Amino acid sequence: MESDLRRIRDKVEAGERLSEADALALYRTRDILAVGEMAALANRRVNGDRVYFIVNRHVNPTNICVNRCRFCAFSKEMNDPLAYTMTLDEILRRAEEAREQRATELHIVGGLHPDLPFDFYLTMLRSLRERFPSLHVQAFTAVEIDYFGKITGLSLAEVIAQLKDAGLGSLPGGGAEIFAPQIRNEICPEKISGDRWLEVMEAVHAAGLRSNATMLYGHVETLESRVDHLGRLRELQDRTGGFQSFIPLAFHPKNTEIAKGYTTGLEDLLALAVARLYLDNFRHIKSFWIMVGPKLAQISLHFGVDDIDGTVVEEKITHAAGAQAGQEMSVAELVTMIRQAGKIPVERDTLYNVVREWPASVARS
Amino acid sequence: MAGFGRPVVNDSATVADGVRLLREAPLFDLGRAADAVRRRLHPDGIVTYIVDRNINYTNICSCGCSFCAFYRKKDAPDAYVLSGEELSAKIVDTIAAGGVRVLLQGGLHPDWGIGEAVRLVRAVKRHPILLHGFSPPEVWHFAHQSKMTIGEVIARLKDAGLDSIPGGGAEILDDEVRHRISPKKIGWEQWAAVMREAHRQGLRSSATMMFGSVETPEAIVAHLLRVRALQEETGGFTAFIPWVFQSGNTELSRDPRFGEASAAGFGHAVGYLRVLALSRILLPNVPSVQVSWVTMGAKVAQIGLFFGADDFGSTMMEENVVASAGTSFRMSEEEIVATVRDAGFTPAHRPGLTGAGKRETGAA
Repeated sequence: MESDLRRIRDKVEAGERLSEADALALYRTRDILAVGEMAALANRRVNGDRVYFIVNRHVNPTNICVNRCRFCAFSKEMNDPLAYTMTLDEILRRAEEAREQRATELHIVGGLHPDLPFDFYLTMLRSLRERFPSLHVQAFTAVEIDYFGKITGLSLAEVIAQLKDAGLGSLPGGGAEIFAPQIRNEICPEKISGDRWLEVMEAVHAAGLRSNATMLYGHVETLESRVDHLGRLRELQDRTGGFQSFIPLAFHPKNTEIAKGYTTGLEDLLALAVARLYLDNFRHIKSFWIMVGPKLAQISLHFGVDDIDGTVVEEKITHAAGAQAGQEMSVAELVTMIRQAGKIPVERDTLYNVVREWPASVARS
Repeated sequence: MAGFGRPVVNDSATVADGVRLLREAPLFDLGRAADAVRRRLHPDGIVTYIVDRNINYTNICSCGCSFCAFYRKKDAPDAYVLSGEELSAKIVDTIAAGGVRVLLQGGLHPDWGIGEAVRLVRAVKRHPILLHGFSPPEVWHFAHQSKMTIGEVIARLKDAGLDSIPGGGAEILDDEVRHRISPKKIGWEQWAAVMREAHRQGLRSSATMMFGSVETPEAIVAHLLRVRALQEETGGFTAFIPWVFQSGNTELSRDPRFGEASAAGFGHAVGYLRVLALSRILLPNVPSVQVSWVTMGAKVAQIGLFFGADDFGSTMMEENVVASAGTSFRMSEEEIVATVRDAGFTPAHRPGLTGAGKRETGAA
């Protein structure tokens, strides 16, 4: 093992916080077995052999977006033939399907639509709560929250309060991309700044709502900008404790304006393992199987990951950019995949309450 | 990891040791042990690959294995035999794309014997390209059809220009498993007999293992030990290639017993890394262990380089057998090179079955 890694390993074993230099050394090494083993150790300490998943359904109400992020293959102009906006009925029909499939969560994110009023979203939340009280609604990235403030003139706290009052249960972690301004300007110049993203999340947590955090990697960012990104998340989490999980998102190049290949398996595993090691105040590190593929997602369960997302059912954003995985996994498939990795499958709800725990299989891994 | 630095004796105690490693050893211990063997055999950190084309000359096959989605009966509407022109065109394309070898395999055509096989070899060898062709079941089939010995068939094929033999049709080298998934295919001893004879006549070959169907861990370990013993005898194997059964469109996938066996088996990504690592550990006498990006995809294949593998296989250019079962990953030479380099290894093109004459691929 390289001497850098040995020193980092001592810190991990002692439960000491890693420095920026440590995180960089971890990103740069090719000793993936050493990094994986450290991440597995850190994960086991918090989550044992449990691996969480959720029965959920994604809904993307519209792909019309006023922003033109260069890494995005999903957003469309209003007059694009592929542009769509779901009606409230169409959204409710998906919720109905979700309930029939025993889902506990609806995951709703969409574009920044130029004409849909804030009321549309409030009505959507109220209707969902009224008709599907058992479904937790996790919706709106920090970018959408900020946008609601812009189109209504309401303060951040007021926007969040109204959404919460209408039934919003928690927030996903999208829109974080990479916080470093230079990179951010290059890939998504119109999007809110990293500072603003963090400010929105702080307000969300202050309002008593939990959220996730993400990082988009594998485009034009530097390793230093990734470490900076993780560092700012760790710092906010120290103050609020409101983040539930961190999800590194692998950039998918198809139909985007960034000329880059797909991420490699090594890059994906390092992104997950380094997150587990550096974000010592995040309990859950999630490998989104749609992004990295179910096979690599399974392997990642040995590289510090304790959450594999969920059944999903319908996924438009990553698939627009060339995701090769399917859009849906059954509970049986998720459970089998986790057990075959030698782990204990746990169905969770959005807030990580246990819905059902399966026995571990005989073979360990 | 005691007991796996020294030669392994093919007895039941060793099978039990192998099974224990396969099932119980922590994943990272397996990986590190395999990586140590790989480093000892390939201290230069080179990962080889070959630019070649896979050609399946016919899908008509009298074997009818339940794990196969590729074979057709002779009268099936989509049954085919490549014409001489089609074959030639594919080879011309291959050479134009920088390919140095053809991997030629096909079904056991009920009307074919040594005459057709030799004609096929000559048709390929009219072109300046290496021919890696005819797995042991095909060789056996030609011998049976033409009432010749295996030795005679191999001599004729070699004489016509065959350069080396692929290790297919091995599935699991255990007759109980073979009886369940490929009852009409040659048994494991016949597979070994063809390889032994090919090696004796100076043709080198690879060896494969298809796992993740209905085999037990004991059968996987037995397979590895049988390859190891044969290699001790002949030294003719250049590479070992374990790959995962792809169940789409197969008769086996509809067998309820398969579901149970598969849930408990190793035909998944983590299981693949375990089997790959165990292969490297138990086969220190086989020079290379190859990843199967065709069944596992580029990402998992890349991780395989840390679990004992030192060869990325070939560009294939076309792949029909695994694709029939619903799995169709693709990799160009550029992607293979970039993937190997990203993992910190040095990619090198090998112009044949072995690493001899390999050349480091220039910086991208």
